[in-house]
Amino acid sequence: MEKKIRVLVAKPGLDGHDRGAKVVARALRDAGFEVIYTGLRQTPEQIAEAALQEDVNVVAMSILSGAHGHLFPKVVDLVRKNGMTDALIIGGGVIPEGDIPALKEAGVSAVFTPGTPTSEVVKYINENVKL
Amino acid sequence: MDIAEELLKGNRLALSRAITAIENEYDEATEIMKKLYPHTGHAYVLGITGPPGAGKSTLSDKIAREYRAQGKTVGIIAVDPTSPFTGGAILGDRIRMNGLTLDEGVFIRSMGTRGSLGGLSHKTADAVKAMDAFGKDIIIVETVGVGQSEVDIVKAADTTMVVLIPGMGDDIQAIKAGILEIGDLYCINKSDLDGADKLVREINMMLDLDSLMTEWRPPITKVVASQNEGIKELLDTVEKHRTHIEGNGQLAERRTKRTRDEILDILSSNIGTYIKGKIVDSGRLDGYVEQIKQHETDPYTVIGQVMDEMLK
Repeated sequence: MEKKIRVLVAKPGLDGHDRGAKVVARALRDAGFEVIYTGLRQTPEQIAEAALQEDVNVVAMSILSGAHGHLFPKVVDLVRKNGMTDALIIGGGVIPEGDIPALKEAGVSAVFTPGTPTSEVVKYINENVKL
Repeated sequence: MDIAEELLKGNRLALSRAITAIENEYDEATEIMKKLYPHTGHAYVLGITGPPGAGKSTLSDKIAREYRAQGKTVGIIAVDPTSPFTGGAILGDRIRMNGLTLDEGVFIRSMGTRGSLGGLSHKTADAVKAMDAFGKDIIIVETVGVGQSEVDIVKAADTTMVVLIPGMGDDIQAIKAGILEIGDLYCINKSDLDGADKLVREINMMLDLDSLMTEWRPPITKVVASQNEGIKELLDTVEKHRTHIEGNGQLAERRTKRTRDEILDILSSNIGTYIKGKIVDSGRLDGYVEQIKQHETDPYTVIGQVMDEMLK
C-alpha cells in the first residue's frame, strides 16, 4: 500500500506565463509527487473538476495577472462544494503581501510569492497534506 | 461513504476515490472491485498507443468529442511515465483535453506508470473496470509514449490503435517486432507533413508480409488530429473492427484471455508479496545475503529452501 501525494498544478485566469508553474511542477515531481499539469487559462470550474477527477491531495495555483483575489476563493469554494474537504489548496505568483490575509481567510492555506525556494513549497506540502 | 455503492449511483467523486484506492492498493480496494465486478463488461475499450509526441492525447481528445457527438459517454485513462529515480511524475495529458473537462459525459484520469514497464500501470485494468461499472460506453486508454516493446495495451484493450507520424525512421523500423505488430488499426497523425504517404506504403508493405494475418487486415487512416481531420473516418475503422471481432467471436476470446491473465497476474503478485513479507520483514533476507557473501551458500539453494518452506 503506497500513498502517493497527487498535486494539481493549475493556471487560473488569462495570463499566459507558465514558466513559474512549470518550475514548481518539476520540483514537485522531483520530490516524488504525482503532478497533474493542466496548462494555461483554466476557469475555476475546470480546475475544480480536474481536481475531482484526479482525486488530488493538493491544488496548487499560479497566477500573475492580479486576479487572485477573485479566482483563488472561487476555486476553494468549488473544490469544497465537490466534497473534497481535505484537499490542501495553495497559491503562488505575483501577489502583494497585503492581499495574502484575505486569501488565507478564504481558504487558501499558503501563498508563495516570487523568490520562494521550491524546496519550501515541497516542505509545506509534506507537512500539511492530508492523505 | 460507501465508495462502490456511490460509484454505482453515478457519484463522480466516488469513481475518483475508487481509482485512488485501486492505484494505492488500499485494503478496501479488493472489496470495492468485488462489488463493481458484476457491473463491468459493457464498455468498449479502445487502446491508443504510439511513440512520444505522436499526438495520442490530442487524438484522444478529438476521438472523445466525436463519441460525445454520437451521444456516447466516455472515460479516458491517460498514462504517463513515473520517474524511476524519484517516484514522481508529471502527468500532462490533460493539457490536450481541457475542452472536455466540464462535459459531464466525460471522465478523465491520469495515471503514472509507477514502475510498470509495459506502457501502462499495473492498475490500469482495474481503473478501466471502475469506469466501466460507472457506466461509460467507451473507455479510451492512452499509453505512455512507447518505444518498440511496450505492448501491454493489447491485453487491456478490445481494439488497439497504433498512432505513428511521418519521419520516424526508414522501413526497417516497420518490420521489427513490437508495437508495429499489435495494431488492429493504424493511424497516421500529422499526415499533412512530408512523408505521410511513404509511411502508409511502408506499413502496407509490412502488413503484406504478415504471415500471421487472419481475415482482418488492419486499416491505415491518415489524420491531422490538431485540425480534427480524418477523425470520423478513423472511428469508422474502429467500428468496423469492433463489428468484426464481435461477429467472429474474437472479442469474447480476447476477454476470456484477459480474465485468465488477470487471475494469474494477481495471484503471482500476491504470492510474491506474501513471500517477500515473510523473508524481508523477518530479516531473513539479510541473513541469506550475508551467507552468500561468505560463500557459505548460493542464491539457488536459498531459493529452493524458501520455496520448499512456503509450499508446504
